[in-house]
Amino acid sequence: MANTNPNGSGGRAANGQNGYKVIGTRPVRPDGVDKVTGRAVYAADVQMTGLLHGFVLRSPHAHAYIRSIDTSKAEALPGVRAIVTAADLPAAEDKIEDLGEGAINLKHLSDNVLADEKALYHGHAVAGVAAVNPHIAREAAELIEVEYELLPPVMTVDDALADDAPILLDGLRTDSMGEVGAEPTNLASFFRHQRGDLDAGFAAAEQVVDRTYRTETVHQGYIEPHAATALHSADGQITIWTSTQGSFAVRGQVCEILQIPVSRLKVVPTEIGGGFGGKINVYVEPVAVLLSQKAGHEPVKIVMSRADVLAATGPTSGSNIRVKMGADAGGKITAALAELYYEAGAYPGSPVGAAANVSLAPYALENMQVDGYDIVVNRPRSAAYRAPGGTNVAFAVESVVDELAEKMGMDPAEFRILNGAKENDRRPDGLQYARIGHIETVESIRDSEHYQSPLEGKYRGRGIASGYWNNWGGQSSATAVLNPDGTVNLNEASTDIGGTRASIAMQLAEAMDIEYEQVKARVVDTDTVSYNDVTGGSRTTYSTGLAAYNLGQQLKEEMKRRLADHWDVPAENISYEDGVFEAGSESMPFAEAAGVVQRDEPLMASSTVHPQDFGPGFSTQLVDVEIDPETGKITILRYTIAQDVGKAIHPSYVEGQMQGGVAQGIGWAINEEYIYDDEGHLLNASLLDYRMPTALDLPMIETIMVEVPHPAHPYGVRGVGEVNIVPPAGAVANAVYAATGVRMEKLPISPANLLEAMWAKEAEAAAEPVPGDD
Amino acid sequence: MAQVWIPPLMRSLTGGQQIVEAEGATVREVVAALDEFYPGIADRIVEEGRIRPGWTVAVDGAVQNRGLRAAVGPESEVHFVPSMAGGQASTL
Amino acid sequence: MAKKIAVETTINGEETIFLCEPRQTLLEALRDNLGLIGSKEGCGNGNCGACNVLLDGVLVNSCLVLSPEIEGRDVVTIEGIAVDGELHPLQQKFLEHASLQCGICTPGFIVSAKALLDENPDPSEHDARLWLAGNLCRCTGYDKIVRAVLDVAEGDA
Repeated sequence: MANTNPNGSGGRAANGQNGYKVIGTRPVRPDGVDKVTGRAVYAADVQMTGLLHGFVLRSPHAHAYIRSIDTSKAEALPGVRAIVTAADLPAAEDKIEDLGEGAINLKHLSDNVLADEKALYHGHAVAGVAAVNPHIAREAAELIEVEYELLPPVMTVDDALADDAPILLDGLRTDSMGEVGAEPTNLASFFRHQRGDLDAGFAAAEQVVDRTYRTETVHQGYIEPHAATALHSADGQITIWTSTQGSFAVRGQVCEILQIPVSRLKVVPTEIGGGFGGKINVYVEPVAVLLSQKAGHEPVKIVMSRADVLAATGPTSGSNIRVKMGADAGGKITAALAELYYEAGAYPGSPVGAAANVSLAPYALENMQVDGYDIVVNRPRSAAYRAPGGTNVAFAVESVVDELAEKMGMDPAEFRILNGAKENDRRPDGLQYARIGHIETVESIRDSEHYQSPLEGKYRGRGIASGYWNNWGGQSSATAVLNPDGTVNLNEASTDIGGTRASIAMQLAEAMDIEYEQVKARVVDTDTVSYNDVTGGSRTTYSTGLAAYNLGQQLKEEMKRRLADHWDVPAENISYEDGVFEAGSESMPFAEAAGVVQRDEPLMASSTVHPQDFGPGFSTQLVDVEIDPETGKITILRYTIAQDVGKAIHPSYVEGQMQGGVAQGIGWAINEEYIYDDEGHLLNASLLDYRMPTALDLPMIETIMVEVPHPAHPYGVRGVGEVNIVPPAGAVANAVYAATGVRMEKLPISPANLLEAMWAKEAEAAAEPVPGDD
Repeated sequence: MAQVWIPPLMRSLTGGQQIVEAEGATVREVVAALDEFYPGIADRIVEEGRIRPGWTVAVDGAVQNRGLRAAVGPESEVHFVPSMAGGQASTL
Repeated sequence: MAKKIAVETTINGEETIFLCEPRQTLLEALRDNLGLIGSKEGCGNGNCGACNVLLDGVLVNSCLVLSPEIEGRDVVTIEGIAVDGELHPLQQKFLEHASLQCGICTPGFIVSAKALLDENPDPSEHDARLWLAGNLCRCTGYDKIVRAVLDVAEGDA
């Protein structure tokens, strides 16, 4: 069942597995050649006649009233064509709408694009400028005079919940699942999952561990900065070319912000240079539209700088997390409590809801409670980041599980297997699991050569952690056009970030029993197919792949029907196998049939899907680290991932998801954090100081693909993109403990933080009286 | 009758009960039946004729895209839970 | 508006003259003035390597070079790596190993790896990781990139 490939990728395998011809092979992606030769067009690469360049002026303050904006000097600068502020946006309603991607307050959405009345974080957009080149646009922005009235910044959970805390949003009241508080607050919402009897559970425990953790704000860190080009045509039609995980998500948000019907806006997705959840919210798109309209209907391109990307887009929440867990003498967990305080940034909407579901999901629990708090602070509005909220809480829970296993004297893998959730157990929100592959991932790690091999040496340690992710189905639309030469054009709207054109085309090819090379997959704009949810939630290969499978079935059936007519035989007499249609003595290969069946009438198919029975994913990971006791630097010596992948359509891209997610998780664990000064200024808005892992920081990352086919998908596909980032911080923290004896209670485990903790432990040990020495 | 799991923050309306029984062939009917026994609960679950934004209903372990129109069987288990759909940070 | 100057240079083997403002970086001139969009801006301050080009055979971040500085010099960009319509072995191996996901860092990695192999045709894994530490990739975890580069090195041997 486990498809181990310790050597990573190979060339193209000759055949697929389990009777598949295409699925399980490793073909080259359709966009590959353009991407290795530099021809692929990303958002910043868009060029067109009359193109103007935009720049966004941003607040230098974390929390301030905007008293006035004077643009007269900027307007007078030669080369400037338009300037816009929040005054150019329609007044947004203070109302929550479901835009298909989740519930959003429309006023918050609009205010985040251009600040109205108040700047709520360092980097909050205040005005946009369009000029004949980017240098003039920037110079003009510097000439805009903004009068601010400073307010004290609210930077953390503790700041925000203090009795005398300054209030960020005047209208905000705590929503406790429909029960709305009366007082202004920074606590946007509170919810609870609870079942069983927590007190009785802890009373039955032999050992209890109760710890509190802190994690810092981190960024998705995609290498392509946000960029968009907008053309507001003189006839009122608008086109946006942008780098996004969801062209329909951009359409929905921009139409809400500008209060225009969707028929007036076409969104053309360019190639996308990474997203990880961060390229769903719009930032510069509505500003570019307003500027294009105001600049006499010329196209306007806005490319964000890296500093602006870090200061004003993304990030995901910092958090305070308490976890309390008890186990009985047999090592069974008797009760678990998790309290999650997540910083949403300037507007409500941290991933605390998802985090709550991740929190205790790997374990079978009768008595449990999870409390979630969504809190606004003067940091950028948080966005999704790969398994949003999961890494924070898994760091906390997996650290406690490790400590509890140690106290019980149990092997940490065996402890997880004993307590692991399986079919019919319940996840934190109470829903019952169908078939899941969690325990299989722990067993794969336990039985791996890595786990079985000794790790020796001072300051070296090994850590294990598990993680859960919910995954998603979502809505997909696609069409397929049969060409008379026997190829198929596959038009889909799921933007391709990690090779999904290949993995979706492979499913169509498999369904039609044709070669992968006969399918030409491309990503199309919002006018070409129907609604399609974002590439996110680990849904694309699953859901858009399902649409592709349906397309294949439809085309095949219609070809049979038309061939029956052609041969004048009953349709049920037609068989199709190994790419050949047959009926009695008649036979015809697919490519020829593709021409014959279209002599009278062309053939295409369309499919829309909204599957609900997506299954969750689990990953268990093992890491060896070495600590330099002089500097506190952590070296990752070896890393192995076991993940339940359902069925790997294109194994190289599944491995790539696993390795990439872990690399991000390691960065989160050991280096990455937003650093603010006391006034709320972001101090490290560059890729030198926001330190993401380089090739030198990582070893090869071993992957064990555990294939537990998902019963609700024709090829057993399960989402694979996100769960891999959930365990790394917990695994690294447990390895650091094994290496140093220090249990880290905050992320990142940076050299400074680790040294401080190691010195504190030494000081504590030195202060303790030696037994019998008094 | 369907078994309805009451979210912890609504259990003040059900006298602390974690799981209650309610009759109905759809989620809408189940909510109406609940509200007869536990007045006020429908207002907490439903807003403008739909499940409250940010929340969703699950029947027999699966989130229901059809919301209040989703079918409920006589032995079904019904949960009202925070929505996990989409890519937005609040809900993914 | 700043006055433009003419720069005479060789780009991907072709002698070229182009106009630019002195404040324009080489990256900006390549992309906006010459239409060579393969070099990418990921950070604009030399930390990500997405804009890597070869300047007289030496690997540089083109975002840190001003356009007038290339007067009389030789520039090779990602567009000049494939020769006579044939993919360079690095480009071929990046495809075979699935060494790219989003692909935005790929041009920089391929240019950087070419510079590595020009200097050291038989690098160890550590040599490759050390050299490529100037190029950031957020998608792959580097595993498949390093394998592709080492595979080309072995193929050359």
